[in-house]
Formats: sequence, C-alpha cells, structure tokens
Amino acid sequence: MTQATPAIRVEGLTQAYGAESDPRRVVALQNTSLSVARGELVALIGPSGCGKSTLLNLMGGLAAPTSGQVLVDGEMIRTPLPRKIAFVFQESTLFPWRTVLENLKLGMAFQGVPKEERDPRARESLNAVGLSDFADHYPSQLSGGMKQRAQLARALALQTDILLMDEPFAALDEQTRMVLGEDLSVLLARTGKTIVFVTHSLVEAVFLADRVAVLTARPGKIKTIIPVNEPHPRSRSFMTSDKLNALRNQLYELLHDEIRATMALGASAGAAETKSLYTVKEEEK
Amino acid sequence: MTRSRLAERLVQLGFFGAVLVAWEIATTRGHVSALLLPPLGSVYRDFITLLSTGQFWPDLGTTLYELAVAFLIAAVSGTVIGYAVSRSGYSVKVFDPLFAGLYAIPAILLFPLYVLFFGIGPASKIAMGATIAFFPIVLNTIAGLIYVKSLYVTAARSMGASPRQMFWSVMLPAAFPVLLNGLRMGLILAFLSILGSETIASFGGLGHRIVELGENLDTSKMFAYIVFVIIIALLLNSAVSFAESRGRSHPA
Repeated sequence: MTQATPAIRVEGLTQAYGAESDPRRVVALQNTSLSVARGELVALIGPSGCGKSTLLNLMGGLAAPTSGQVLVDGEMIRTPLPRKIAFVFQESTLFPWRTVLENLKLGMAFQGVPKEERDPRARESLNAVGLSDFADHYPSQLSGGMKQRAQLARALALQTDILLMDEPFAALDEQTRMVLGEDLSVLLARTGKTIVFVTHSLVEAVFLADRVAVLTARPGKIKTIIPVNEPHPRSRSFMTSDKLNALRNQLYELLHDEIRATMALGASAGAAETKSLYTVKEEEK
Repeated sequence: MTRSRLAERLVQLGFFGAVLVAWEIATTRGHVSALLLPPLGSVYRDFITLLSTGQFWPDLGTTLYELAVAFLIAAVSGTVIGYAVSRSGYSVKVFDPLFAGLYAIPAILLFPLYVLFFGIGPASKIAMGATIAFFPIVLNTIAGLIYVKSLYVTAARSMGASPRQMFWSVMLPAAFPVLLNGLRMGLILAFLSILGSETIASFGGLGHRIVELGENLDTSKMFAYIVFVIIIALLLNSAVSFAESRGRSHPA
C-alpha cells in the first residue's frame, strides 16, 4: 500500500433489488466508479432516490453489492470495518436509554477500545463538537442539531481514518445547518480524515467538499465530478463568495435535468399507484 | 397537585363513599339479610381481627408462593422462547400467530385437567398461573425484539458490535419497555387465575378461604377477606408500576 493508494476505490458498482426476471426489479446504482484520495472530502449529490445512500452504505460495507467492488486501502470489503470507517446517519441513531457520554463509550466498546481509554476519549470528542456540558443528558433532551453533533462526536471518538456521513444535517433547519457546516469544516480540517458525505444541499456540498460528485437519476451513476479548489477550513466569507455561487449554479444546471427525470419517474410510479387502487376497488365490487 | 387533579381525586373518593353509604343504608334501614350483605361495622371488626391476629398468613403465604413460582416459570420460559423465536423471520411467522391464537383460548378451562395431572395442592395452581402468564410474556418478548429500530442495529453493526454486545447492549434495552409490559400483564393474569383456581379446587390460599367462608355463611368474615385481597392486589399493582418506572430510567 503506497501513499498513492486511494482511501476508497469504488469499481463498477451495481446494486439492484429483486431478481433479474422480476418486473419490479429496481436498479439503484449502475456501474459506478469513484476514487476518494486520502484526506479528501467528497460530497455526493443527486436527485432523490438516485442511490446516493446506497453508494455510501456500500462504501462502508453495510451492504454487499450485486456486482463490482469496493476497495478500502486497496483491500476489498463486503462487511463493516469499524476500525477504519465510522458512520454518521441522517436520523439520530443515539441509543435513547443511554446518556450522550455513555453512547460514545458504548460505540468505543463495540469497536474494542480498552475500557480505561473510553472516558477521556469520549470527553475529548464531546469537547470538540461543543457538547461538553451535555455529556450526562439523554438524547431526548437534546435539540436536533445537538443530536447530530453528538452523533458526530461518537464517530470522532472511534478515531477512524474514514468518515461516511449520510445527509447528517438534512433534518435540521437551514440556519442551524449553515452554522454546523462551518463548525464541521473547521473540525474536519484539523482531523485530516477522508470523508464522503451525502447531501441534498448544493451550497453545503460546495462549502464543505474538495470535490462534488453529481449522480444521475435512477439507476444512479456518477455524471460529473466538480472540483472546488478552496483551502480548508472554509471561512464564512467563502459562503458568500462569487466563487461558491458560481459553483452552486453550475451544480444546479447539472442537476436540473436529473431532477426532472426523477420527477417523471415519480409521476409514472404515481400513475401506477392510482391504477392499482382503482383495480382494488373494482375487485371489491 | 393542581386544582383539577384535586377535583378528580375528590370525585373518585366520593364514589367509594357513596358505595359505602348505600351499603350502610341497605343493611340498617333496608330489608337486606345480614347473611347476604353484612353490616359495615361487622365487616370492619372482622377485618381488624383478621389483621391483628395475623390469621391470614398461611393463606397469603400459599397464594404468594404459587404466584411467585408460576410467574418465575412463565417469565423465564416466555422470555427465552420469545427470544429464540425472534431470531428468525420464519419462526416468527410460524410461532407468533400460534401463540396469539392459543392466548385467545380461555385457559382456565384447562384447570380440571391440571387438577388431574398435578393434584389439588399448589402444583395445579402454579401450572394454571404459569400457563396463563406465559402468553403475554412470550408475545411481548417477540414483539419487543422484532420491532427494534433497524437503524440502531445498523449503527451498532457499523461500530463493530459482536452478536453478544448486539443482544445485551442494543436489542434488550431497546425492547425492554415492551418486554416489561408483557411481564406486568403476566403477573397480574397469574394472580387472577391463581385466585380463581383456588376457589374451584384447593386445600389453601386466599381464594380457597373466601369460598370456604362463603359456604359456611360467614359472610362478614368473607367480606373482610375480600377487602384484604383487594388491598394485596393494589399493593402488587403499585409494586409493578414502581418497577416499570425504574425500568424506564431514561426520559421518553
């Protein structure tokens, strides 16, 4: 393994649900390839249901692909690699029956961190995300933004080289999201982790990422990759810069057709639904 | 306590007061036979005697012993079998409806059979209580375990949880409220069915004592025992509620 080996390499990945003969077969991802360099931050963006989350889960070994392969540090994976890869999910996956601190410690226990190291590491990560004062709170006592910080802290405490984030801020309001984005940029620049994150927000993608990978409508594959070329950590002035705006507009142009294509898919699915409802009614008579 | 809460309590107390007043009027002014409905005063005296002499101990001991053993059998077998069934989708499909169907059968009908199998002593009551308590416990164990949010499992898997850690640190605590609910129902149903079986065929126990007093037309003492059993049932209920509130240690 050399420095040139990408942290994550996705080769010809296809993920389909249902047998090939099944008319309801859904191809979520088709022949997708992508390389993520060490320490790089890649955003995945695309229309709803284009397979972004599927791609992320495959990269983390949470699912096995129908065909193709995922190489992490040059080795093929089909199951999770808890020592190398940590996840942050869209919805809070903090365990509600444990306090924030205990949640972090449990994650480390799962990963196999020696008992005496867990408490200091957990407190350090909580400190990094600004949640030190909430260590003994239960998740239900936190706001949505704080829950996501806590989830991020749990992932950071695992000290993995790779962080995969599935729309970590999607459930938050825009203002909270912008501030968390700034914090995240500062935090991640310091850790030097390799990060892939899925987002719906064009601004968030440009603001945080080194490269933005645009996916096509289902079956998803990578349409283009846009480099951002802006040093980390990104400042507030970058958020309001013309450069960010121009990149955002470029992304919008790229995505526009794909979103339309997805809506057409959705419309035909809706029509099928109406029809089947109608058939049921007919049968009842 | 807020004013409306206070008002609710007053109405509830008023209801009991009204029942007692109606009872008193019926027995003193009315023409109700003291054999069927003894005067409150005499029930009260018998109740005090019952408590002060401690003559309830042997019967209470028998009933609580039967309850404890029956509940233990049902709790252990229900949770273990429930866990085993929850392990695969196929066995859930087979056994969940099976247990739910059996649960609907009035199991008390098995009691004459249990008397034949286990005799008139405590063993038949234990079998009865365990049978009836088993179903809510096993059904809630299955339901609690299979409806654990899959995201919790995914997150734990991504962090490298072993099967053991997955069970003890994720599945069990996630299913715990539902599981506890099954245990609560099991305990209460076991208590009811044991008391019921004691009234049918028994050598001892609170249910048996009440029937015996009734058959001897010692109704005043019988009512004293009924009040006693009601108090035991209330104590049992609050003990279970307390355990439940402790079990849900985190805020909802």
